[in-house]
Amino acid sequence: MSLIVDHISKSYGRIQSLAEVSFTVDDNLIFGLIGPDGAGKTTLYRIIATLLLPDEGVVRLHDHDVVREFRKIRKMVGYMPGRFSLYQDLTVEENLAFYARVFGTTIQENYYLISDIYSHIEPFRKRRAGNLSGGMKQKLALSCALIHKPSLLILDEPTTGVDAVSRKEFWDMLGKLKEYGITILVSTAYMDEAERCDRIALIQEGRILSVNHPEAIIQEYERELCSIHSDDLYRLVIDLRAYPMTNAAFLFGQHVHFNQKDGRLNIPELEKYIQSRQHTNVSIVKIKPGIEDCFVELEAYDKRK
Amino acid sequence: MDGVIIDVKEMTKKFGNFVANDCLNFRVYEGEIFGFLGANGAGKTTAIRMLCGLSKPTSGEMTVAGYDVYRDTEKIKRSIGYMSQKFSLYEDLTVFENIRLYGGIYHLTKQEIRERARALLKRLGLEHARNHLIASLPLGWKQKLAFSIAILHKPRLVFLDEPTGGVDPVTRRQFWEMIYEAPKQGITVFVTTHYMEEAEYCDRVSIMSEGKIEALDTPANLKKKYNAKDMNEVFIRIARNN
Repeated sequence: MSLIVDHISKSYGRIQSLAEVSFTVDDNLIFGLIGPDGAGKTTLYRIIATLLLPDEGVVRLHDHDVVREFRKIRKMVGYMPGRFSLYQDLTVEENLAFYARVFGTTIQENYYLISDIYSHIEPFRKRRAGNLSGGMKQKLALSCALIHKPSLLILDEPTTGVDAVSRKEFWDMLGKLKEYGITILVSTAYMDEAERCDRIALIQEGRILSVNHPEAIIQEYERELCSIHSDDLYRLVIDLRAYPMTNAAFLFGQHVHFNQKDGRLNIPELEKYIQSRQHTNVSIVKIKPGIEDCFVELEAYDKRK
Repeated sequence: MDGVIIDVKEMTKKFGNFVANDCLNFRVYEGEIFGFLGANGAGKTTAIRMLCGLSKPTSGEMTVAGYDVYRDTEKIKRSIGYMSQKFSLYEDLTVFENIRLYGGIYHLTKQEIRERARALLKRLGLEHARNHLIASLPLGWKQKLAFSIAILHKPRLVFLDEPTGGVDPVTRRQFWEMIYEAPKQGITVFVTTHYMEEAEYCDRVSIMSEGKIEALDTPANLKKKYNAKDMNEVFIRIARNN
């Protein structure tokens, strides 16, 4: 077992950020922490990265305690915060050299780990970090977090603001890092990325709701679900919410995803209702849920409580 | 379609030898939700800054809300609203102080500010948070509030630059339902996003790559043209070809 998080709690004044959070992460996998803003993800990362003390509970990484043995832990952890936090007035190369030296290594020693990513920004190595584009800053931050060959890499929403093509490349690269024996703890607001994790934990208001393989979380989704299309999507959503049988109706690309209170679908009745609202080009297809449906369902459930 | 609110002819912007925007041509019509997509570094922000009157084009002819982008930048600024994920509200001011600040900047009277603030907070269900610091609000609320404040002065056009970056799926949908309401209030929406399912919500989208507009059409037509199942596939094909 690589990482053990055992009953961690943390409060800021009256606000409880984490409430007895427990989970374990095995070696060599990509572990996704999925939850809304303010769920406590960043607080948890900062505790694991020895930057914040928990009020209660224990975190152990390869059998070392993150509080008592923080110096050892810092050599083992690479942390890429959500906000760009390198030195804006140092160049690309100076930032990387600085991080290598702080950790008692050199750029050359672990270059194989970062070569795929760093090669994209190497042409700009004399440029100040503050003058890089968003995508390049992200690649530099990742290179700096990896240069000491950590065994655990923590990535706090690394692809926020990153385009679809670069996101795909980024995740292909995480797969490679895993092969080098690096365990990755990552959070994301993109649900297609959540599906690429080996395991995910759903976290909300400082509590872990579920930890499992993405497919297993999808199997826990109990309601029948359908995807509905019409020419006026927004009016369709509003009309569906007014339908008495509706549990949830939400926009999903060019469709509306819909389920019923009793969990079963009555498509003929539903169709009759939609027709009565004068929609055109209506299609209703029963579908299997994805991770995003599970997330929306869990959150909606939580808000009703 | 109604009148033209953004008219761009051969808009070019160079930084030294680097061509950030290479002869862009497009129109945005009143009442549209117009998606402005592109990879990181494709030149979207450069174009938006010019359309907002914050930077001068190197060449080309452009009008925004009927005003010339070279001469009438102050008139443009009063006719538009702007919001981005990176910057929206002042964290160390309260909710009401932010509303008052923006209202003042846009020359609303004290009474207008009070009335619109009351209506805005009621609509968002945020009356209890009137005197809370922005820093203490969850990101989802901040984004919804920022959008409402960006259209407080009832602009004809609002620019949304990655308004939902890093926002969870549920909040993102609530935000888009607010965007859908804007055209009903006579506000045209110009929006950038990296979530391709959000591109599907737009009336028309343009896709930029390396300073040029490579495609511009309705999502349905783009999917047909590129024989793609969704906008993500369209986007990847266009961005990969370059």
